[in-house]
Order: sequence, then structure tokens, then C-alpha cells
Amino acid sequence: MAKATTSAKAAPAKKAPAPKAAAKKREFPAARPSTMKKAVMHYCPGCGHSVIHRLVAEVLQEKGLAEKTIGVPPAGCAVLAYFYFDVDMVEAAHGRACATATGIKRVLPNATVFSYQGDGDLAAIGTAELVHSANRGEKITVIFVNNAVYGMTGGQMAPTTMLGQKTTTSPFGRRAEFEGHPVRVCELLSGLDGVAYLERTKLNSPAGIKKTKKAIAKAFDIQEQGLGFSLVEILSACPTNWKMNPVQSWEWIENVMSKTFVPGVYKDVTARKDEEGGEDAD
Amino acid sequence: MTKSKDKPRKQLLRGTEAVGEAAIRAGCRFYAGYPITPQNELPEYMSRRMGELRAEHPEENPVFIQSESELSAINMLLGASVTGARCMTSSSSPGISLKQEGISFMAGMELPAVVVNIMRGGPGLGNIAPSQSDYYQATRGGGHGDYRTIVLAPATVQEMADLTYEAFDLADKYRNPVLVVGDGMMGQMMEPVIFREDQPMRLVAKLPPKPWALRGAKGRPSRFFRSLILPPHEMEEHNWRLYRKLQKIERKEPRAELVSVDDADFVVVAFGTAARIARSAVKRCRDKGLKVGLIRPITLWPYPSQVIRETADRGVQAFLSFEMNMGQMVDDVRLAVEGRAPVHFFGRPGGVVPTPVELAGVIRRIYNNPAKTM
Repeated sequence: MAKATTSAKAAPAKKAPAPKAAAKKREFPAARPSTMKKAVMHYCPGCGHSVIHRLVAEVLQEKGLAEKTIGVPPAGCAVLAYFYFDVDMVEAAHGRACATATGIKRVLPNATVFSYQGDGDLAAIGTAELVHSANRGEKITVIFVNNAVYGMTGGQMAPTTMLGQKTTTSPFGRRAEFEGHPVRVCELLSGLDGVAYLERTKLNSPAGIKKTKKAIAKAFDIQEQGLGFSLVEILSACPTNWKMNPVQSWEWIENVMSKTFVPGVYKDVTARKDEEGGEDAD
Repeated sequence: MTKSKDKPRKQLLRGTEAVGEAAIRAGCRFYAGYPITPQNELPEYMSRRMGELRAEHPEENPVFIQSESELSAINMLLGASVTGARCMTSSSSPGISLKQEGISFMAGMELPAVVVNIMRGGPGLGNIAPSQSDYYQATRGGGHGDYRTIVLAPATVQEMADLTYEAFDLADKYRNPVLVVGDGMMGQMMEPVIFREDQPMRLVAKLPPKPWALRGAKGRPSRFFRSLILPPHEMEEHNWRLYRKLQKIERKEPRAELVSVDDADFVVVAFGTAARIARSAVKRCRDKGLKVGLIRPITLWPYPSQVIRETADRGVQAFLSFEMNMGQMVDDVRLAVEGRAPVHFFGRPGGVVPTPVELAGVIRRIYNNPAKTM
């Protein structure tokens, strides 16, 4: 991500050649989107947050939503997201992002409102806010970063920690008997009628990154069309707290996380019935 | 009520309804709350009025949400407030404890909001009877961190309306949460209410603009609101800025009603429902020739310390803080009096409402032996 930020410096100076509508977007693929501030991110090497920030920012820019967007960062690693996104933002209390986003969206029904939440924020302390915002069909988009661990506080067990996974508060590995099973958010929400779009993607390959961007774009489309609540769950690496290198952590997403958290579209009110289901289309 | 335009007209309203109607007239267009006794008539009233208003003025976009919890309600307010909307939530003691998180965040982010607490007996679930047990919580900030909220304590249904109407202006003026505190008695009883000509229905379009609000960064640089300030010297600076604002409020906004204080040599201090009882008790004592007066704080924070101190300076023999709790405001009376005179306390907690006769008896006992503190 740091690369993308530095290369952005040179980009605006170059005069764009005669724009061909189709080629225009691809001209400086690494340039910093206008929806991102020129800043060095604080995220650890190999962390998914910086990539996900970038994807959300690109979608907001490409869809021309930036000027009416209000984002709600969480308490957690992404709390400083307002230093990176160049859109209006308001910090939420831990777990309350969906409630705060609800307040914003109800007052400004035409605004684009998204919350950006980690697994502890969304699936532990913020479960009530999540479930009820979803059930009310709030027309907001939730970017849910699932990295199976509390990152900012130093690697404690999260609601989405895998069975057997060792963390600082599950030193013997998570046990179903005592700590329960990992919470599957997409599956949990899929039964609620207010939910319009649910997709789980994995951020462990260029293809996965592309697919994640597509899912984010779809979720914002759903919001713009006023169809209901939309959420994209992204399986994302936390090499620091997983005590792996970035390559191992991508493999762990593939070989371990994806088995419990199966990627796929869990709900899409715009799709035909036969397109749905929790299976990865790839 | 729906048809009431700006022409003043007397209406018989319940305390909670007076709060609701005053909020609507003050331009409140966002209410979120969770049911709890004894204030349920307020969310019920708001749900009805917001719906009616939506039919009359769809462009006002009035919003009522029955939230899944008090936590959620106050954090919905945070979102509504950051967009510039005038917003309100209400609850009763246990629910107000849950709202402290959001109140602290809004105080830190300098976001206006009006929070109504129809207090009940406590601690814990306590009961639903009238009590003033949340005085400390209301006046000391309530949540975590270094902040205060403006606290308004009406003693009549008319005042429930007046102070709620004003609460929105105060919240916007200082960009700080404002609490309106009553109790089950204040919330449930009905009294005549007049909305004066200077309290017209305020439409959103005519409210003073809030240039700080977030509505999307169109034609301006993006902005953000936060309460997380990691570098200690920056956090300290923020704390100082908040403190200077609070000092200004302490200078400008303390308010109290004085009843027969001029020639009094004994002064009762009481607020809200307790002040109503005290007013009757003081009258009984006066009828018997005792020179007793009443100071009724209308703002609990900022506390009207100055007027109490000045009264003490005039040579009052003793003060009596009368509260429907185990003695909380008495601390502030003592801080105001600063040893100039003995400060006594009489209170009934648990939702027991003492009679004027009972209180008058207490006053007479102390009046005859003012130096001896109870």
C-alpha cells in the first residue's frame, strides 16, 4: 500500500492524453484515489486494512459518491481511518457504528453512509446494533473486516477466532466447550428480511482482492438503490497477531479460515434465486 | 395539539407530553429511545407527533426510532447530531446509566443533544417511584472522562415545556449535551401549559445553521469528528478547551428561583418535585411566623452557588438541603456556603414522597436549634 501512496505523487502532474472513455480509468492504476488522503498508514506489514481502505476509496471515487459520503470508523485498528479517507467521517464508540450510521442515514437519506468495523467491534460488543440495524433494513453499507483476532489491543480472542487458534486470551487454543464456536456473521444475518446484500470474500490473492472490490461496489449499489442493509465480510490477514509472515497468513486464510467462513454471496435481493448460496463461485 | 399553531393557548398536558411537544416546537426532528417506566408516554408521544409532522411537513424529515437498547439510542443521537439535526432521547435512571457512554462521547466531540431523565428509585432496578437519586450522576458528568453536562431541573409541567424548549438552544449554543431531569411525579402529573409566542414551532430550515455539521464534503475539504486524541499534549489541549467552555457556562448559565429569601434567616434548598413540597412547607412555616425562605436551583449544573453564597453572606442562620435521596445536592450547598452557616440535610429516598407537613416539622426543629447539624 505504501507503494501506491508514493507513486500517487507523480500522477497528477502528468497531463492525461486525449481521453478515450474506456481507457481513462486504467491510465494510472496505482495512483492514489482522490478519496484517500496522502498519508503513511500505521498498519502492520501484511495487514489487510490498507488494501481494504483503498478498495472502499476506489469504489467511492469511481461511483462519484465521495461528496455525499459519511463514513463511520470503529474502535479498533481502523479507528484512525479518518486520517486516510478523504471523505466526511465520525468516529463511533466501540461496537456502536451501526447505530451511529443509522442516525446519520435517517437524517440524510440521500447520503452514502458506511461503517467500517472489525470482528470484535461488529460481532461481539456491537452484535445488538448490527442485528437490529440489519433487521430494520437500514440503508447503510457495513465493511466488516474479519481477521479472527483483536488486533489493536494485542491479539486477544475474537468472536471469529477459529477453533484451536491460540491467542493471548485463549493460550491453549479456542475450545468450543468453553469459548463457543466462531460467529458466522453472514449466515447469522441471512435470515433477516431487512438485509439486501451479504457477501463474504477473502483477501489473500490478487483475484480475491478484485473480487472484494466487486463485492464492495455491489454493496454500495444496493445502498444507492435504497434496497436495504448491505454488508461485505472480508477475511483479512493479521500477520502480527497470528505470528506468521504475510505469505503464511494468506495461506492460513485459504486453508483454515475459509473452511469455517466459506466465501460467497449469502444474500442478494437483486439476484435470481438460483444464483444465491454460501458457495464460492470460483 | 396537532393543530396548535403559534397562537398561545392553554392545554392540559402530562409532564412527559409537555417535554415532547416542547421538543417538537424547538425543532427536534430526531428522537430515539427505548421503553422504560416511568417515561414511556414520552417515546409514545414522540412516535405519534413525528408521524403527524411527517404527514404535514415531509420536508422536515422527522425521525422516530424505537431502538434495541439505550446504548443504541444514544449512539443514534450521536450520528443524528453530527449531521446537525436537533435530537433528543429520554429514559429513566437505569437506562440513563447505559446512555453515559454516548453522552461522554458527545461531550468529547462537542455534539449537542438533549437527554431527558425521568428519575426513579435506585440503585439497580430500584423502583419506578419519584426519586432524585441521580443527582451525582447528572451533575458530575455521569460517564467517563473530564466533562460536565448542563442539567435543567423543572418543577412544574409548564417548566418541563419551557426548559426542554430552551435545552435545544443551550445544547447548540455550547455544543454540549443537555440533561433535563424530572421524576415519575413530574412526568406523570398533568398541569396547564401555555406555549408562549416566543416559543413558536421552529422549522428546520429556519434554525440557525451549523457550519460544523457533516453532510458530505461537497465543495469543501472533508472533515471528521473524533474523541480519540492519542498524543497527551493534544488531549490536554482539548481538555483545556472543553474546560474553558464549561467555565463560560458556569459564569453565564446558573439559574435559581428565590422564594421569600430576602428577609429569611433560614433557607431551604430543593429542586424539582422536592422544591414543590418545600414551597408548601415554607409557606406553612411563614404562616406560623418563621422567617423561612426557599432557593430552588433550576440549573443543577452549573450550580447556582453564587446566589446561595450571597444569601449566606446576608447572615442566614442555617441552610437545609431537602432532597428525595440520601443527600447528594447537600455537597454542593456546602461548597457554596463554604462554612458561613451550618448546612443541614433532610431526605427521603426510595421513591417515598414526604409531605409538606413532615418537612415543615423538620424545618421547625432545625429553626429552633440552627447550630446543631443533624
